[in-house]
Amino acid sequence: MGDFQIKKQSKQYDAIIVGSGAGGGMAAYVLANAGLKVCLLEAGAMYDPQKNITQLKNPWESPRRGASTKFRPFGDFDACYWGWEIDGEPYTRKDNTQWDWWRARMIGGRTNHWGRISLRFGPKDFKRRSIDGLGDDWPIGYEDIKPYYDRIDKMIGVFGTNEGLENDPDGYFLPPPKPRLHELFIKKAAVGAGVPVIPSRLSILTKKINEDRGACFFCGQCNRNCSMAKADFSSSNVLIYPALKTGNVDVVANAMAREVLTDKEGLATGVSYVNKDDMMEYQVSGRVVILAASACESARLMLNSKSTRHPNGLGNSSNVVGKYLHDSTGAAMGGIIPGLFGRKRYNEDGVGGMHVYSPWWLDNKKLDFPRGYHIEYWGGMSQPAYGFGWDIQNLNGKYVVNGKQKPAGGYGASLKEDYRHFWGAGVGMAGRGEAIALESNYCEIDPNVVDKYGIPVLRFHYKWSEHEVNQAKHMKETFKEIMHNMGAVITWGDDGPDNNYGLEAPGRIIHEAGTVRMGNDPKRSALNKWSQAHDCKNLFCVDGGQFVSQADKNITWTILALSMRASEYIIDQLKKQNL
Amino acid sequence: MDRRSSLKALLIGGVASGVLVEACQPKEKKEAIAAGNFTIDRQPEEIARYNEVTSKTFFTPHEMATITVLGDIIIPKDEVSGSASDAKVPEFIEFIVKDMPSHQTPMRGGLRWLDLQCFKRFNKAFVDCSAKEQIEMVDEIAYPEKAKPEMVQGVSFFNTMRNLVATGFYTSEIGVKDVGYVGNTPNQWNGVPEDVLKQYGLAYTEKELKECISFP
Repeated sequence: MGDFQIKKQSKQYDAIIVGSGAGGGMAAYVLANAGLKVCLLEAGAMYDPQKNITQLKNPWESPRRGASTKFRPFGDFDACYWGWEIDGEPYTRKDNTQWDWWRARMIGGRTNHWGRISLRFGPKDFKRRSIDGLGDDWPIGYEDIKPYYDRIDKMIGVFGTNEGLENDPDGYFLPPPKPRLHELFIKKAAVGAGVPVIPSRLSILTKKINEDRGACFFCGQCNRNCSMAKADFSSSNVLIYPALKTGNVDVVANAMAREVLTDKEGLATGVSYVNKDDMMEYQVSGRVVILAASACESARLMLNSKSTRHPNGLGNSSNVVGKYLHDSTGAAMGGIIPGLFGRKRYNEDGVGGMHVYSPWWLDNKKLDFPRGYHIEYWGGMSQPAYGFGWDIQNLNGKYVVNGKQKPAGGYGASLKEDYRHFWGAGVGMAGRGEAIALESNYCEIDPNVVDKYGIPVLRFHYKWSEHEVNQAKHMKETFKEIMHNMGAVITWGDDGPDNNYGLEAPGRIIHEAGTVRMGNDPKRSALNKWSQAHDCKNLFCVDGGQFVSQADKNITWTILALSMRASEYIIDQLKKQNL
Repeated sequence: MDRRSSLKALLIGGVASGVLVEACQPKEKKEAIAAGNFTIDRQPEEIARYNEVTSKTFFTPHEMATITVLGDIIIPKDEVSGSASDAKVPEFIEFIVKDMPSHQTPMRGGLRWLDLQCFKRFNKAFVDCSAKEQIEMVDEIAYPEKAKPEMVQGVSFFNTMRNLVATGFYTSEIGVKDVGYVGNTPNQWNGVPEDVLKQYGLAYTEKELKECISFP
């Protein structure tokens, strides 16, 4: 291999950030606006929401009518490139356990398509061990992170309502949209079952907040990213491109990080990466290295960065890197509301997601599982896509259509009448709960497998405990009661013990966290409370990896808050010449 | 190759179908599609995949003819909208079975099952049957709960066919209009229309009216 060489960039950056999602985007934004020179490495393609558009398109503009592919597992219009499987980038599983790993590969990462559910962690969420004896407490509390949540609410924008709930803190909210018809049905039914229903909290601008971004125009397509108005939060629209405007950020797309480089003192000096376009090897150097490649990719990078000073992987003298991996629990149920058959047509797209949700409402002392879950809802008259009308033979023999009882199945004009009659009556709900972070659930380097770039890959080992299974059981009981109160007929998701009550395989909810956790004890944690490696003071991790526990809330808002906090700490420490 | 002789070729033996597929391939390769031909964002990998999928033809002309007739029986023109073939559903099905290969065997085998049934009954392939004969055949497999046990494979095929035809139709321009989806356009969500709230005996609470966004 005579032509094999490593190209070293002469430019010395203040910070090198690996990954451009919520954590990396926020770090780039804060550091660049403070005048620091930043190199942002992204393993996926360049993506510009203003040019790469799937918003406001019709189903027939996709030859597969919005069905999914491995390139877009959430459907052909979804704004996230790649997902469960990436060509040439395998991962493996150990001891017949299951873990499904979502990897976005693009500028902005998975924030381009996420659900925009923007929930603050509450005071209890940082101190769970003190409450139930499981897992660990965070080294910080709600009061430490609250100022950052406040600033992010105002800077990025989120709608919702102040409800004065103890563990679902109030914030700075834009007005929420009014509930849709099925959401009014759900609200009545859930409240009747003792389940609170309040306006959802989504980072979507129901009002304009600045000159760079517009207001939501209610197309319901946030998963396609808001190319037209930038009215929802994505790292690309809201953080990366604004950060680029400062002139302080160099973005390198298709840059697959191989290793964090260190000097003989064990301090980080830069990052080596392979450029996927020319397959050449590169090195960039900087005063600080910030990992934001997603919980498992950041852990992988640390474990693959071995040196004399860091023989167990960079920043891993504690041996916790990769461990305490946990994803949200998830279980769902769906059905139809016969009361909505033959409903009047009107545009109810609304925002891209639910207008109402249920925060966790119970006391675990009276339950057979720790921690809680929130409930997300959907239904109604959404844009037809692949799968429309599927298996109508299971439905149309059971209900009278325009005064006629027909046999199941059928064809012709009568069948067309049926499709119109049943459309828009669907309803569903899903629980998203907190799993216990366990040392025995982990990712590690597979000693036998490398990806196409020669980088050793991750091997996963994950088993749900009885806590999560019991939680899923409780979800299903709750959902059944809500469905019953609504007069809905359950068509799927009525699961029992044989499949763990429909508890999704770990990884499927795509809220993975915990692999580079923070803590006060360097023997039991990889990072200190500033997201800074105990073993390497100029290495930081600002993604889901740093989480000690992940609450019954989606983690993005907390990733943003922690990343902002760590970034300002970095600026301060650089000024004080401590880094 | 006309339909009748193609059916005879099919009935001769299993080997023939492969030959037939080859024989019915279009002579010249289709022009590869570039990113500019899509109205939605496409990654280079997605364009390569599209070009690969569409460079081949899966269904024989005879199979396509059968799909077209069946599709228009399932979704005919009525007073509201056009038929499956008006909405180019057969073309969608040709694409989707190549994009999702798991549909291929059930579709190919199901179409063959249908022809064999028609051959037994009418000594003709499905497409060569009269409209009355075609409906007689379809009635045997279109109603899962009424079908005779020996029709079970046909029922299964017809369910698949109904699914693909309905999905293809209601995601087309004609079908979206038919079902009455009126979204996918900038608007201001002001809540459920007053008359609809009334119809279901529902109302927004004072809290909702005070807190939620409203548009004049």
